[in-house]
Amino acid sequence: MGGHVVSQAARRGRQACIVGVGETPYAKWGGITDSSEYQLAVRAVLAALDDAGIAVDEVDGLASFADDRNEATFMAADLGIAELRYTSMSWLPGGGGACAAVSNAATAVESGQADVVVVYRSLCQGQFRRFGRGPGNAAPGPVGGGDGRGPGGSGGAEGPVRPRRTPVVRRARSLLEAHVAFTMPFGMFGPPIAYAMVARRHMHRFGTTAEHMGAVAVSTRAHAQHNRRAIMSGRPMTMDDYLASRPVSDPFRLFDCCLESDGACAVVVTTAERAADTRRGAVDIVASAQGTVRGFGHGQYSNVSMPDDDYASAGARSVAARLWGRAAIGPGDIDVAQIYDHFTALVLLSLEDFGFCGRGEGGPLAASGALGWPDGALPTNTHGGSLSEAYVHGLNHVVEGVRQLRDESTCQVRDAETVLVTSAAGVPTSALVLGRR
Amino acid sequence: MSGDGRPGDMRPLPAVPGERPPKPRPAPVPEPEAAEYWKAARDGRLVVQRCDDCGRHQLYPRARCLACGGPVSWVEASGRAVVYSYTVIRQNYARPFRDWIPYVVALVDLDEGPRVMTNIVGCDPEAVSVGMAVRARFEPVSEEAGIALFEPA
Repeated sequence: MGGHVVSQAARRGRQACIVGVGETPYAKWGGITDSSEYQLAVRAVLAALDDAGIAVDEVDGLASFADDRNEATFMAADLGIAELRYTSMSWLPGGGGACAAVSNAATAVESGQADVVVVYRSLCQGQFRRFGRGPGNAAPGPVGGGDGRGPGGSGGAEGPVRPRRTPVVRRARSLLEAHVAFTMPFGMFGPPIAYAMVARRHMHRFGTTAEHMGAVAVSTRAHAQHNRRAIMSGRPMTMDDYLASRPVSDPFRLFDCCLESDGACAVVVTTAERAADTRRGAVDIVASAQGTVRGFGHGQYSNVSMPDDDYASAGARSVAARLWGRAAIGPGDIDVAQIYDHFTALVLLSLEDFGFCGRGEGGPLAASGALGWPDGALPTNTHGGSLSEAYVHGLNHVVEGVRQLRDESTCQVRDAETVLVTSAAGVPTSALVLGRR
Repeated sequence: MSGDGRPGDMRPLPAVPGERPPKPRPAPVPEPEAAEYWKAARDGRLVVQRCDDCGRHQLYPRARCLACGGPVSWVEASGRAVVYSYTVIRQNYARPFRDWIPYVVALVDLDEGPRVMTNIVGCDPEAVSVGMAVRARFEPVSEEAGIALFEPA
C-alpha cells in the first residue's frame, strides 16, 4: 500500500516503527470524573510523545478506530499541531481496528504522507454508554456502585439493581448495531450474548470447557497483579473464584467478560530515520494485516451466518495467513502474544486461528499453563489484557507489545524478540507482528 | 396488558399492587427491504428471500442475492429448524428482559438454510440443546410487525 513514489533507498529510511507509548490512569467505568474523555485522549497522546521524546511540533498525523468520539481535527487544536497532514479512522468495527489503526499510521509514514503519526483511543464508559448494555440503551449508568464491571452490571451482586428503560430499536446502519430489529426483540443485547453462542458452538464441536476458559481468566488476572496500572491489580483470582463468579450469559460467567472502563492510550509511529534519536529507541512494525472474508455480515448480526468452521472461530484465519506471509515468520517464532480478550473463549479461538495450536486445541493449550508468565511457552496478555488491565479496545495490547520489546513490561519475558498483537475476534479484525530493533 | 412478560406467553397477568405493568418487547422498526418479513410474521407466517436465479434462500433481507446477485422474492418457509447454538441469559437489567431471566437466545438453522436469531420458548431453558428440533410460532409486537419465536418440535 502507498509508497509507490518513494525510492527503495528512501523507503528503507522511512520504514515504520513505534517510538512511544503512553496512557492515562485506568479506572473502572465511571471512575474518571475529573477529566472528559476528550481531554484523556489529549493527555494520552502527550504522554506517548513524552515517552518518545518527540515534541508535539513534529506531529503531523493522527489515527484512530472504533468510531472514537474525539475527532483528530479537533484534537489538533488542543495539541498545538502546526500542520495536520494525515488523519484516518479504521472502519473495522470496535476492537477489530486497533492494530489496523497502527497499520494505517505505518502506511502514512512509509508513503511519505506524514512523518509522525500518533494512534490513540479514548474510552470513558462512565461518561458515555457501556457496550455491555447493547445498542439503544444510551443512558449513562451511575458512578461507582457494585463491582462496576461486566455486562449490564450496574450494581451486580453487590449493589442495588436499577431497572433500565426498554431499549429503542433503531434502524440498522452499522455492523455492530446491525440489524437490531432482528436481534433486540429477542433480548439479544450485544457482545456477551453474541459471543456466548460462539463459545457454546466451540464447546459443542471440540469439548471446550469452563476450566479452559477459566485458565485464560486466571493467568491474565495473575499478570495484572504485577502491573499497578491494571484495574484488577490487588484483586487476585483463583480458578475457584472464577468458577464461582455469577453467570451472565451461559457459558459466560462474569469473569469471562472483559472490564468496562475509563481511560485512554496512544502509540507514536514514525520512520526508522526519525527513530534514531528518540528517547527509548524503536520497535519495528514487522508486519500487519486487516480485513475479513466474504460472508461476514450476511446474517442478522455480525458473524452469525458464517459457515460452521468460521463461526466457531475467531474469524481471523485470512488475516493470520496474510500476516504470517508478510512477516516471513510463523507462530513458532513468537515470544510473547497480546491477544484481544473481550471474552476468555475468544482468546482460545484466536490462538487457534493464528496457528499456535490446531482447531479445537485452544482450550487444552490454555489449560496446560502455556499462557502464563514467566513459565508458559507463550506468555499472553502480560499486562492483564482487557480482562484485568483495562478495556481500551485493545490499543493497550499494542502498548504492552512495545513494552515487552523494550524490556519494560511488569511481566517481562526474557530476551523477547517478537510479539504478536491481535485485535478483536469475531468481527473483521487486524493484527501486528512487532519486533525488537 | 397481557402475558407475564415471558417470551411467547400472552396470558393475562393478575395485577400485583405496587408492581409496574410488564413492558412489551421492543418492536422492530421495519426497513423498506424488511417490511414484508415483519408483516408476514404479524400474520403468523415465516418468510425468507429466495433467489429467482440460483434458488438460494437468505435472511437478513437484502436487495439482491448475496450468492449470485440475482433478483430475490419472498417465499414462505416451513418453520422447521434446528438449534445451531444458544445461550441462557442470566443477567439483563433492561425491561422487559429482566423479568424473563433466565431466557434463551438462540441461533436456529431453518430447513431452507438461513440462520435466524430467536428465543426458544415453551420449554425449560435447561432443556435446550444444540441440534434440538424446533418449530416457529409467532407473536405480534406492533401494528406492522410480528416476530418468530421457536419451540420444541
